[in-house]
Amino acid sequence: MAQVVIRNLNKKFDEVHAVKDVNLQINDKEFMVFVGPSGCGKTTTLRMVAGLESITSGEVLINDTVVNELPPMDRDIAMVFQNYALYPHMSVYDNMAFGLKMRKFDKAEIAQRVQEAADILDIGPLLKRKPRQLSGGQRQRVALGRAIVRHPQVFLFDEPLSNLDAKLRVQMRVELKKLHNRLGTTAIYVTHDQVEAMTLGDRVVVMKDGLVQQVGAPLELYNRPANRFVAGFIGSPAMNFLPVTLADTDGSLWAVGPEFRVKPPAAMAGRLRGHTGKAVLLGIRPEDLRVTNGADPADHTFEATVEVTEQLGSEILLDLTAGPAPMVASVEPTVTAKVGDRLRLAFNPDRLHVFDSQTEASI
Amino acid sequence: MAIATIGAAARQNRQRNPRPRNRLLEDERWLAFTLLMPTAILLGLFIAYPFFKGVMLSLSSSRVGIEGDFVGLANFAKIWNDSIFRTAVWNTFWYTAVTTVFKLGFGLWLALLLNRHFKGKAYIRAAILLPFIIPTVLSTFAWKWMFDPTFSVINWALFKVGLISARINWLGDPDLAMASIIVVNVWRAVPFFAISLLAGLQTISPELQEAAAIDGARPWQRFWYVTWPLLLPVTMVVVLFSVIQTFADFQLVYVMTGGGPANATHLFATYAYQIGIGTGLLSEGAAISLAMFPFLLLIVVVQLLYIRRVETR
Ligand SMILES: Nc1ncnc2c1ncn2[C@@H]1O[C@H](COP(=O)(O)OP(=O)(O)OP(=O)(O)O)[C@@H](O)[C@H]1O
Ligand SMILES: [Mg+2]
Repeated sequence: MAQVVIRNLNKKFDEVHAVKDVNLQINDKEFMVFVGPSGCGKTTTLRMVAGLESITSGEVLINDTVVNELPPMDRDIAMVFQNYALYPHMSVYDNMAFGLKMRKFDKAEIAQRVQEAADILDIGPLLKRKPRQLSGGQRQRVALGRAIVRHPQVFLFDEPLSNLDAKLRVQMRVELKKLHNRLGTTAIYVTHDQVEAMTLGDRVVVMKDGLVQQVGAPLELYNRPANRFVAGFIGSPAMNFLPVTLADTDGSLWAVGPEFRVKPPAAMAGRLRGHTGKAVLLGIRPEDLRVTNGADPADHTFEATVEVTEQLGSEILLDLTAGPAPMVASVEPTVTAKVGDRLRLAFNPDRLHVFDSQTEASI
Repeated sequence: MAIATIGAAARQNRQRNPRPRNRLLEDERWLAFTLLMPTAILLGLFIAYPFFKGVMLSLSSSRVGIEGDFVGLANFAKIWNDSIFRTAVWNTFWYTAVTTVFKLGFGLWLALLLNRHFKGKAYIRAAILLPFIIPTVLSTFAWKWMFDPTFSVINWALFKVGLISARINWLGDPDLAMASIIVVNVWRAVPFFAISLLAGLQTISPELQEAAAIDGARPWQRFWYVTWPLLLPVTMVVVLFSVIQTFADFQLVYVMTGGGPANATHLFATYAYQIGIGTGLLSEGAAISLAMFPFLLLIVVVQLLYIRRVETR
């Protein structure tokens, strides 16, 4: 049973206000991911939870106890660092055993726990080696092992996979997920990779400039982004944004762009009414666009010119311009489109997103 | 093995299409010889030759102005029975051992303090180096003044505080004189230790400290289990340098006491100087300074072996 609560958390480094009024509740057994662009304050928040960074204002609670003043060792947490931070002069075994030795566990118990962790992580044969004799992936496992032998209340991860090559990262991602399913320890995981965030997180916190933008399950963020930033950050390739004006023509609402117009679905129209006559941002994900032959009702189609095609095998990315607006469409690999072609694209109206151009909040 | 094979291949190649002008330099042995030549000449001229000359001198009966004859180990036999020489040997070891312990202790302590973040860190770090920058002779004279029986600022301070009622003759008493010299040597060398160890500390990733803190290590445990083992290679090199320098120290004792009172504070170097130059018994002086060599060699070999062990651990 371990839950972490963050209340009105702030961190200022002299001039820099790195973390601004963060409020979060991380439930027992939950895998919470902090994601956001570089410098948005993810690491700083994590370090305040760990006790490695002092708290400017606000509170961190672990299991209903305010831990603001507790040193890291008394918080019953374990952390995995981006650069592993393995003790270079100790063997793998000693690296993993160190935390237990410091806590005065007896030798047999230590040996048993290290062996257990080594079995889980498949690093049994490496126990006698020094960190410098290990590959990056193996070091990462040892760092994980050092965290899990302690059976802590909370795991903290700071971009633990970012030093691995792409293939290994995917593999370790899966293993982390398995590990979490197996151990069920509450975890906070920091990354700037939205794919990692989506695949690992039970819930994801999107941060920007020290502010929490949205908290929610991965699909929630994907389907109902709270603002333009989240919409653009989650999903790859990123969502297309088109500046349009909402106009009332013949009693129905149209989103009018420079060289096209589309009709928002009826379900959305109600919310959009209030913005009639105003400029808004239309958002549509590349994967929600498809090439059509014109049989669809014209309300949900528009014309675009192909600028670049990117063949990925499982899909084709088309860089297009619809009027002056650039956009990307991810289409079936069977589509035969050449540069300069004029295509009619259709979109699923239910997948349309609309953002206020001023506040950038979702409408 | 591999190199030899490549060399052989290169030779065969050359026989097929000879290029006479470069032939000499294309041979690895000649090339290596040519590249090593300047260093070899410099080392030979300024180290090997004087050393050899010193050995020859110590085996002769030369004095200032007199060539002298070969006398074998007579000079060594003579100093072996010289009680001042024995005191000097003892002093040198004592002086080196005690100062090294204090230098390392204070140096490490300062380095750990300077490794923290605080305002004006850069200035403090620069200021720390001062004792090291001032020419030894100059600073030693200042110290001598402070230890002067009549004008001693130390006596004055102790007197004012009420700790003493009579003057202490710092440099007049054999034990106090040795202690004073040790103090000055420590003062002078602590910056070197502090800055070198600080450089060593800065190569240790702060993440390791954080990891250890999370692992439950208290501050002194973090030092003992993480910082100290990682700093050990640097520490050993610094200590090695310092031991060599201190063992052969000259200026400090020469300026402070000149070996006195009553030859009680002589080190190898000052006694060799006094006998060789002061008294003019060149060959005997050479024998005294050469007697330092086996000790120093032993210390250096032991330490180098230890450093190698620490580094390959
Ligand atoms: N010790 C520090 N002193 C001053 N400013 C700092 C310090 N640590 C972080 N900052 C600033 O705080 C902000 C947040 O930094 P933080 O390391 O939390 O970012 P991050 O989200 O982890 O980014 P990244 O993805 O690059 O790791 C940044 O603007 C950074 O420059
Ligand atoms: Mg970071």
